Amino acid sequence: MKHVILGNGPTGVVAAETIRKMRPHDAIAVVGDEHERPYSRMAIPYLLEGKIAESGTLLRHDRNHWIDNRIELVEARASSIDADAKSVTLSNGEVLPYDRLLLATGSRPVRPPIPGMHLPEVVSCWTLQDARAILDRLRPGAKVLQMGAGFIGCIIMEAIANAVGKTGGSLTVVEMGDRMVPRMMTPKASALIRSWSEKSGVEVLTSTRVTAIEANVPHAGLLSLVYKAKNTKERVQVTFGDGSTRLFDFVICATGVAPAIDYLRGSGVEIGKLGGIVVDDHMRTTAPDVFAAGDCTESVDFSTGELMVNAIQPNAADQALVAGANMAGGAARTRGGLRMNVLETFGLISTSYGQWWGAEGGDHVEVVDEAAHSYIRLEFQDDRIIGATVVGRTHHIGALRGLIQTGAKLGADWKARLQADPNKFMDAYLATALSLA
Amino acid sequence: MMNSLHIDASKCTGCLQCEMACSYENHGVFATSKSRIKVFDFHSTGRKVPYTCTQCAEAWCMHACPVGAIHEDKALGAKVVNETTCVGCKVCTIACPFGTINYVADTGKVQKCDLCAGKPACAEACPTGAITFVDASWTGLDRMRAWAEKLDTNAPTA
Repeated sequence: MKHVILGNGPTGVVAAETIRKMRPHDAIAVVGDEHERPYSRMAIPYLLEGKIAESGTLLRHDRNHWIDNRIELVEARASSIDADAKSVTLSNGEVLPYDRLLLATGSRPVRPPIPGMHLPEVVSCWTLQDARAILDRLRPGAKVLQMGAGFIGCIIMEAIANAVGKTGGSLTVVEMGDRMVPRMMTPKASALIRSWSEKSGVEVLTSTRVTAIEANVPHAGLLSLVYKAKNTKERVQVTFGDGSTRLFDFVICATGVAPAIDYLRGSGVEIGKLGGIVVDDHMRTTAPDVFAAGDCTESVDFSTGELMVNAIQPNAADQALVAGANMAGGAARTRGGLRMNVLETFGLISTSYGQWWGAEGGDHVEVVDEAAHSYIRLEFQDDRIIGATVVGRTHHIGALRGLIQTGAKLGADWKARLQADPNKFMDAYLATALSLA
Repeated sequence: MMNSLHIDASKCTGCLQCEMACSYENHGVFATSKSRIKVFDFHSTGRKVPYTCTQCAEAWCMHACPVGAIHEDKALGAKVVNETTCVGCKVCTIACPFGTINYVADTGKVQKCDLCAGKPACAEACPTGAITFVDASWTGLDRMRAWAEKLDTNAPTA
């Protein structure tokens, strides 16, 4: 049997390894379009910080891993799939036949439709190649504009701000939403992250749009020569929603991602309303023997039962295990993805889980210490925890996943104790989910 | 036969020798805050509950790691963090539903119980036999696994 996997990120790799474990003799080909060994985008912030070398981003560090596991790596882009003929046409013209196909093509960065986004001074932060482009442009004293204060924007801020330095250099972050990480953090938690970032020297502009970016080419003439001498590094002029303009050395665009599914046009594989591939709880698409997993899918949100497209690493890994097992002839199912995120901004660590924004008819406890930049909010539905947001604490944080995903009933006693001190969630977990107290 | 940590909370007096031994073994200091095993003190019942990683088969931490920094020691069954490879992204800490893999700000890496390469310092230090390192089939691992199945994100059913 031949398994073809499109995408060599964590999802594709975990699925390939799962298939290999269950089916020692099947053929497995993993297709990726970047000229890199399979690597992890999650590691890019640490590369930008200089904490790791490029080799530190690799998904698997043993050079022989792919050969030892007989996983063939194909460097190409999928152009189209033919679900009837059961084959994939690649950008290099090659046609790959498959018995089972996995779509694990992840996401692509989305850029807002404004003038000037094509300029070389506007770079995304998604691939290793993007990271290299950012590193090429980062220098002490650089004035950098970052568009987007979502997860990616916030996780790379520290690396950018440290690289440009505090003398002369600057990082300005502009976000359309009314707060930082609006899809991951409660308003209070966002406010803490914002004040912490500002204390660390970042200028944060929320509810603000960039409306145009132009190359800053000074005109010839006496006045402009003086101007030019002073501003040669500031290559772009950025216009904001209020009409004001400012000069920057370069712009990092981190305004979000969307499922990378262009190659599926006309394939018969159904795309959902949210723009992701429709899958069932076995990670099957609407085409026979075609599976999908990870960020390119839209899947059921464990908390709400509604569909979501979520670029969440542990969910992608879970889906990859399910898809891989099913492609190998097993019968694994997913109960849906649980939202979970962990973010570090200048050493301040924040986490959110599940339905962190709360549910109708539910209640919550919220404790905030602004001076200490610490925060915890637990959302309850009856006597169960359904969501959580935590800033400034990491210890035993995973127990919140356990509590939420098992639907552990706290009982009136433990709920009351958590309402008095929400930081006791690990104790509550041991006492209720595991009955150890 | 594979051994694993067996915890009998009814024998725990809360002396914290295990936490001391763990932090000394792994950090060279007696600092309970750095311990990978933690004794929870339930005042209402008087119970002290030592708790650490059960080396679960699902290994959410290992699968979620974006850089392959966690591997299984096949002989011990332990899931072991490779500190050199860990980039400190903390994804494993939110993926583990037991809360037993934790970020250490001092090192910028995560840590979890690795069974001390087969000689767990906590079990050796425990004066009352609340923590022992015994044949895995004795440890109530089945109960843990049953609980883990409730999460059921990836357990093959056939």
